[in-house]
Amino acid sequence: MRSPILEAEHLTMRFGGLTAVDAVSFTAMRGDITAIIGPNGAGKTTVFNCITGFYRPSEGALRLHRDGAAIELHRLPGHRIARAGVARTFQNIRLFPGMTALENLLVAQHNTLMAATGFGIGGLLGMPGYRRAERAAIEKARAWLEATGLIARADDPAGALPYGQQRRLEIARAMCTDPVLLCLDEPAAGLNPRESEELALLLRRIRDGGCSILLIEHDMGVVMGLSDRIVVLDHGRRIADGTPAEVRADPRVIAAYLGEGEEA
Amino acid sequence: MSGEVAAIAMANRPSVAAAAMKDAAITALIAAGLFIPIVGLRTDVGADGALLVRQRWGDVAILVVIAFFGRLGLVTWRGLRGEAKPRSAARTEALRKAGRLLAPLMLGLALALPFLPGTGRYELDLGILVLTYVMLGWGLNIVVGLAGLLDLGYVAFYAVGAYSYALLATHFGLSFWLCLPLAGIMAAFWGILLGFPVLRLRGDYLAIVTLAFGEIIRVVLINWVSLTGGPNGITGIPRPSFFGLPFSMSGEPDTFAGFFGLEPSPLHRVIFLYYLILALALLTNWVSIRMRRQPLGRAWEALREDEIACRSLGIDIRNTKLSAFALGAMFGGFAGAFFATRQGFISPESFTFIESAIILAIVVLGGMGSQIGIAIAALVMIGGFELFRDLDEYRMLVFGGAMVLIMVVRPRGLVGSRTPTVALGTRRAIGAEHVGEGRG
Repeated sequence: MRSPILEAEHLTMRFGGLTAVDAVSFTAMRGDITAIIGPNGAGKTTVFNCITGFYRPSEGALRLHRDGAAIELHRLPGHRIARAGVARTFQNIRLFPGMTALENLLVAQHNTLMAATGFGIGGLLGMPGYRRAERAAIEKARAWLEATGLIARADDPAGALPYGQQRRLEIARAMCTDPVLLCLDEPAAGLNPRESEELALLLRRIRDGGCSILLIEHDMGVVMGLSDRIVVLDHGRRIADGTPAEVRADPRVIAAYLGEGEEA
Repeated sequence: MSGEVAAIAMANRPSVAAAAMKDAAITALIAAGLFIPIVGLRTDVGADGALLVRQRWGDVAILVVIAFFGRLGLVTWRGLRGEAKPRSAARTEALRKAGRLLAPLMLGLALALPFLPGTGRYELDLGILVLTYVMLGWGLNIVVGLAGLLDLGYVAFYAVGAYSYALLATHFGLSFWLCLPLAGIMAAFWGILLGFPVLRLRGDYLAIVTLAFGEIIRVVLINWVSLTGGPNGITGIPRPSFFGLPFSMSGEPDTFAGFFGLEPSPLHRVIFLYYLILALALLTNWVSIRMRRQPLGRAWEALREDEIACRSLGIDIRNTKLSAFALGAMFGGFAGAFFATRQGFISPESFTFIESAIILAIVVLGGMGSQIGIAIAALVMIGGFELFRDLDEYRMLVFGGAMVLIMVVRPRGLVGSRTPTVALGTRRAIGAEHVGEGRG
């Protein structure tokens, strides 16, 4: 019996009079790749922003199950959510373009490294404790650069990398925060078929490494082939939830994607 | 090949000339529009006290003709030269290489300056002034260059440091070495106080609030007469002693000259002050360089690059910004304490907005985030300003022209590139086009 990693319960997000997400409930299982799909404006990114702390939900609860305890994500301030073990990437890539790929990955390990500096003094004077922590951080960054095939570009500025490599670097950066849940906002957007294939491979490896994945995706080919479970949103409501085969056969999903009227 | 190019250039020539003529004519027209009211008409007070309007059409004509031919020459030259190659990357690389030699050279020169032949009181005073601004530039660089927070009120922390030292020393008789850290702590405290309300502000809004903060501090200093002496300032601030040995002309054994068996000279104190500010500036530099390689310093730079991404990585933005404000302010406070002990007298007049503007200009012209660039910019701006003292009222014109020139030639400052803080292989400079400028 597998346990849940993330539970959303009656998640609601209102912006003024607009209800972007309306009482959505779903559960993502540990060790699964869970996809959230839906037409444009369905509220996918809003759900994501609630989970990763960029919005505070108007109503409802979000629980992250980690080490046998449930962490109430909707009560945590934004930067605490990453520390709780939720990492994310962005629909339009947000790297630190003027910093090298390696530096990007070191910034992601900020909290671990800060703990080793001893209020900055130890690091300022180059104490051995801090040096050890920094070496470990560089080793971890090197491991992720190798896993994403970016080791040759480690010392190049992130802004100079081609688009596909920037996508992979963003995933590597998120993984450097040691998450238990990785949230990917349209990771295959703008990638060519070969790059999408590589991405799917990388995501499966990350899942097999023990990190659950939640992803938003438009590219149905990627979603169907990759996901263990799919949640479909339309107009801020959950209209389907199940395995790729179940979702593909669901008439409401077909209606939403073909744009038929609701009463049809 | 070159023959072909020449032929193309020849063929292009008539169109270049026509375009240049047109451009120059428009420039001349604009110049005429500007100079007729500004230069052409001048009011003077006549012998009987009445206002006379003098007309100076000759001067206007000269200026318009200069504008016309200047523009004509510029456009023609550009047209014939063809599209300029983007050489900034190569130039940046060259500057960086030169910088590697330049930094030790400048440091050696700075260390040796008091003992170079021909160095007198004037040169040392100028050196102290330049080094003060180098230190202020490096301090502000932490806030503006690394963290990307546009701070227009930096002089406030300079003032806090100066007044902290002045008040502590005159009222409680504390020594300079005790007051120096206290002044830094006071300034850092005010830096955090300023930081809190501006945490959510970005870019222009941040600049306006920090500008207001600088003015508030100055206005408080003017009006809180019972504490600060108001516009009269604080006089009789104790001068620094050499670790307890005063600089005095008497030559007794408990003075600096007497203790070391030297001929008493007023230069001793100036040389001591010079080395003091040099040490303080180098401390600022050392801390900045070390901080950049620290997680906190990297977080500052990441904040400048992308604040939202920082948040998604679990970086506490509030504490990171406040630490940048506090550390930048602390060095401003150190510089302020030094300023107070050097002058022996401070008043709110020394802490006007123009000081903030000059320090910010040094950081921007030097290249945000670059230590050597800022040192050069301070030397050029403050030292150069002194060089042109003989030009009287044209001094500001030369000053402004030099600033415009630097910004035209090197839009991202003298050293716009960024050196990575860590590398698996070799560290290669990152071109200015990738490095973010920060939006607060």
